[in-house]
Amino acid sequence: MDWLAEFPSLGKRDLRDLKKGIDGSFREWSRSNGDAIEAFFDPLYFFLVWLEKLLIATPWPIILIIVAGLAYLGSRSWKLALGSVVSFMLIGYFGMWKDMMATISLISVSTLICIAVGIPIGILMSRYDRVQSAITPILDLMQTIPIFVYLLPVVMLLGIGRVPGLIAVCVYAIPPIIRLTNLGIRLVDKEILEAADAFGSSYRQKLFSVQIPLALPNIFAGVNQTIMMALAMVVIASMIGVKGLGMPVLQAVQNQYLTLGLMNGLAIVALAIIFDRVSQRYGQRLQAHRYGKEHE
Amino acid sequence: MSKTKLKIENLYKIFGPRGKSFIDPVKNGMSKQELLDNHSHVLGLNNINLDIPEQRIQVIMGLSGSGKSTLIRHINRLIEPTAGAITVDDEDILSMSQLQLREFRRKKTSMVFQKFALLPHKTVAQNVAYGLTIQGEQESIAKEKSHKWIESVGLSGFEERYPAQLSGGMQQRVGLARALATDAPILLMDEAFSALDPLIRTDMQNILLELQKDLHKTIIFITHDLDEALRIGDNIAILRDGKIIQKGDPQQIIMKPADDYISDFIKDINRGKVIEVKSIMQKGSSKGTSLDSSCSLEDALKVLNNEKNNECSVVDNKGKKIGKVTLDAAIGALFREKASRNKEKYK
Repeated sequence: MDWLAEFPSLGKRDLRDLKKGIDGSFREWSRSNGDAIEAFFDPLYFFLVWLEKLLIATPWPIILIIVAGLAYLGSRSWKLALGSVVSFMLIGYFGMWKDMMATISLISVSTLICIAVGIPIGILMSRYDRVQSAITPILDLMQTIPIFVYLLPVVMLLGIGRVPGLIAVCVYAIPPIIRLTNLGIRLVDKEILEAADAFGSSYRQKLFSVQIPLALPNIFAGVNQTIMMALAMVVIASMIGVKGLGMPVLQAVQNQYLTLGLMNGLAIVALAIIFDRVSQRYGQRLQAHRYGKEHE
Repeated sequence: MSKTKLKIENLYKIFGPRGKSFIDPVKNGMSKQELLDNHSHVLGLNNINLDIPEQRIQVIMGLSGSGKSTLIRHINRLIEPTAGAITVDDEDILSMSQLQLREFRRKKTSMVFQKFALLPHKTVAQNVAYGLTIQGEQESIAKEKSHKWIESVGLSGFEERYPAQLSGGMQQRVGLARALATDAPILLMDEAFSALDPLIRTDMQNILLELQKDLHKTIIFITHDLDEALRIGDNIAILRDGKIIQKGDPQQIIMKPADDYISDFIKDINRGKVIEVKSIMQKGSSKGTSLDSSCSLEDALKVLNNEKNNECSVVDNKGKKIGKVTLDAAIGALFREKASRNKEKYK
């Protein structure tokens, strides 16, 4: 009755050979193609470095003015604009200005990538049920698989640095925008679509003049979520060499520097709140037409 | 009788994944219930034949579930039929490619919806111009045209409002203006006024009838409201369980209901207002006052009562005598014919 107590598994040797085989072939593949793949991501790298340098080189008062301006344009709220400026000044005063700029550039670039890739995928998913049922499990996988597990092959391929960090952030942060774009378009009132059809709209006309505008509040909720998740990845990305506010947090964890960890952690929180509030307010303004009389 | 604009022949619609395979059984008499119970398919339309004359208002009336909304959506192919033929100006709609169909929808038909279906993110002016915009019309022309139609439905000054800022009646005026703006000869109205309250509904009917005097469009008007059907329809087709059970002008429907179902339908109408003297006209002529052939019974009764021998001549719209009408006949017509003697009720 031994066979009942022990689960029938692959022999230890076979298992080891299997793992070795896959590891070996992946390593070999990454060695032979690593350069090409790295070259492929070069433009991204240069853009990232350029943005970071630009942000750091820009005199701080100008950055503060831009921050205030963007916050106001997004939210139309003086309070929020003022709050953003004060937070930025505090973060700078406590010596985290450069790290913050690095983090902001990473978040901006990864959000842009997620939007540029995620929205078209979401649109495709909304158009074809088949694409939806193919991509949904992939998104589930991306959201549940432990981050370190996919960090590993990325590092093996591209080494340590900004680009693999960026890719890791994007993998983690892109699902919400894809899902919400798909959902938003699918939720558009069927009767309105029927009306668009009845007047002879083409698919493209329907997409751009009806579906996307009406899905914008949802799409924007997706952008907001994507930004939040990208910020949440800052510390983990620093483990593979991404500079920014995450790095000191990692140091603090390793060396028990309580204050350092707390300061940088709070700086990340402050950034998150600013991004969240501004983008949420902006999303709300996009649906002004829903509130009838208030619109005037 | 004017020329036939739109011809529907032997049209069937069976909802369900294998609709086509049940066409023959249905043609051979399988009932809606049988199809549903044994094969889980729904018989939406059952052998519809209808000639819709040009420049008239064709009302299609039926209760919910009778298939009237399904029928109107076949005309611009928002729903594909299972079998049958639809021709507009002798052109076969069903053989059109997607591109031709789009062109057909842009130029030949326009539609007004029960729940308005306006674009909530566009202003009134943009909504009205929508049909023109997607045809690639120049912005200035689209603007000018939409302005004209907004004015004609009485919404001047509301151009820059959003639909959510308007009342239901005003929203449907926008829907009507949007449909009229493309100058399409066929206007499909799917329970267009059903969601409005009675006073506003009458208002909208007046607007439509007033506009129709100049526009002479071929209008297919869906409704479940008999008063509305009698009021605006030049012709009425009554639909039940996907089948047309009677078609004719309003007078025919009231004077000669095809079956108990329709008799029951029309029992609550105000006959004095709806029945016209031409329906009860006899041969011959009479001295004294003349009545117009479309004069209602209610108005005729007063005149007849004042006449010495209780008789009046009936004249057509050119003033030519075409017959006479008596007080007795008028009173007789006010009473509903007794329900058929054998009390077998329709199911």
